[in-house]
Amino acid sequence: MSADTLTTTLPGPARRPALAQLTRTELTLFLRERTGPIWGIVFPVVLLIIFGAIPSFRKPVSSSLPGVSVLDSYVPILLAFVLAMIALNVLPPVLAGYREKGVLRRLSTTPVGPARVLTAQLIVDTAAAGSTMVVLVLVARTGYGVPFPRQPLGFAVAAVLAAIALLSLGLFLAAVTPTGRAANAIGAMLFFPMMFFAGLWLPQAAMPSVLRHISHETPLGAAVQAMTTAWQGQWPHPLQLITLAAYAVALTVAATRLFRWE
Amino acid sequence: MQAAIEVQGLRKSYADTVGVQDVSFTVEHGEIFGIVGPNGAGKTTTVECIEGLRVPDGGQISVLGLDPGSDRSRLTQRLGVQLQDSELPERLRVGEALRLYSSFYAAPADWRELMEQLGLTPKERAKFGKLSGGQRQRLSIALALIGQPEVVVLDELTTGLDPQARRDTWALIEGVRARGTTVLLVTHFMEEAERLCDRVAVIDSGRVIALDSPAALAASAQAEQRIRFRPTSPLDDQLLRELPDVISVQRHGGQVTVTGTSNVVNAVTSLLASRNIVAEQLRVDQGSLEDAFVALTGGHDTSGPGTGPASEIGRTNVG
Repeated sequence: MSADTLTTTLPGPARRPALAQLTRTELTLFLRERTGPIWGIVFPVVLLIIFGAIPSFRKPVSSSLPGVSVLDSYVPILLAFVLAMIALNVLPPVLAGYREKGVLRRLSTTPVGPARVLTAQLIVDTAAAGSTMVVLVLVARTGYGVPFPRQPLGFAVAAVLAAIALLSLGLFLAAVTPTGRAANAIGAMLFFPMMFFAGLWLPQAAMPSVLRHISHETPLGAAVQAMTTAWQGQWPHPLQLITLAAYAVALTVAATRLFRWE
Repeated sequence: MQAAIEVQGLRKSYADTVGVQDVSFTVEHGEIFGIVGPNGAGKTTTVECIEGLRVPDGGQISVLGLDPGSDRSRLTQRLGVQLQDSELPERLRVGEALRLYSSFYAAPADWRELMEQLGLTPKERAKFGKLSGGQRQRLSIALALIGQPEVVVLDELTTGLDPQARRDTWALIEGVRARGTTVLLVTHFMEEAERLCDRVAVIDSGRVIALDSPAALAASAQAEQRIRFRPTSPLDDQLLRELPDVISVQRHGGQVTVTGTSNVVNAVTSLLASRNIVAEQLRVDQGSLEDAFVALTGGHDTSGPGTGPASEIGRTNVG
């Protein structure tokens, strides 16, 4: 008897683990739902290509920083854009919708339970955001000569903390919104002011000092500031890393306390 | 051998509603056991406690010898569940849902076979959001059966289905039982309980008010019978009224309706025979579970279509 026929006659553990199957399903659904792929992946890359094609974006951002072009300063903002889009506009509607429609309740009557679908969703969101951020950095480098971050470790720490803080915010929204539709609306409402403070329309350096201070207290403002600092070769300011970590901890605790399966 | 489900003195209250006050019943292996009752009687709360979705305030529940609260991982392998109003992600396809759910169980059924049995194979690539009510219901039954459970709980199985789909579903449930699966069925269609269930518990205001086979319940509530016919020649109502078994006589055009005690059919047909009158379009309304239900619950809510022809009699019985 070959090993193959043996495994097919044995029930049980040889099967594909449930988490892998759940993750695969969540990925399929992520790709089918247009928001994530279009606005979280394709749009930021297209935006980078458009910015890169504008001649004035290749010029130094100011005379005091001769090596840093406008485009250079926009790459961390686009990275934050990816994180915010997926954490605010993909994660909360999906999970709040699952609760609203009884998907989580139904799962809690199976051996797998509802928590693993959250894990699967987080894996997919993290993978989608992470790989898009890598693509952005690579396209910026190869297409438009934007150098890699000069303080790679500091940059990695800032990016990971930013991802955790944003995903925690997404989980928090999923916990406090009753329906997928409401989560969608609140996610979109938060997205624009947060992207403003990230400097999408007005670079942080150009903001009046009051706005700049507020910006550094917001998750995306702190994230962009920390990533930009590391990009230019310095370790990010501890204040920004602490801000991101504080958001991550507070929002995760709140989300864990407030999240309901039904 | 232990019963499939044992519920003893179950109690569960909510801030604003009755919930469940005192519910006890036992479901034997291989049985189709029905829970019927008006809306808000505590049917769904009872089965949610059995499924482990709610924690009871009091009483004991044992499913296959396991505690639904503390033995979740073992119980969920052996208990299949169909929930009321539970959906799947809109864009998830039928085949994907079945394959996904089959990965949750240690010894799942072959999902393709199950899909075939439930007539869902043509819809394998259809998204959940595009399915009709009947197709969704069949998918949710398939998901309840995919772990090859020993006990399956089905809540409002056929609500929202057209009559043909409902009958198809009933045949399916009988097939499930034929394979040895114990079925606990929550319904407010009396016809469904009558057709499928070996025994039925009637729950009202959080208590079991009757528990027996559908036939026995119907018989107990139905002391009266009703006959309708068109006499071929004129018949004096007074002759009918004089019969000891007759309670009332009514006429609508040429049709005579006679109600009376259990012997009324014999009495009336003997009378007609002795007068050489033929009863055309003769119809006898037997007691149904619907009557029993209305009698037992006072008829404050039968929620749904399918009110039997003899409901009024059941009502007068109580009053």
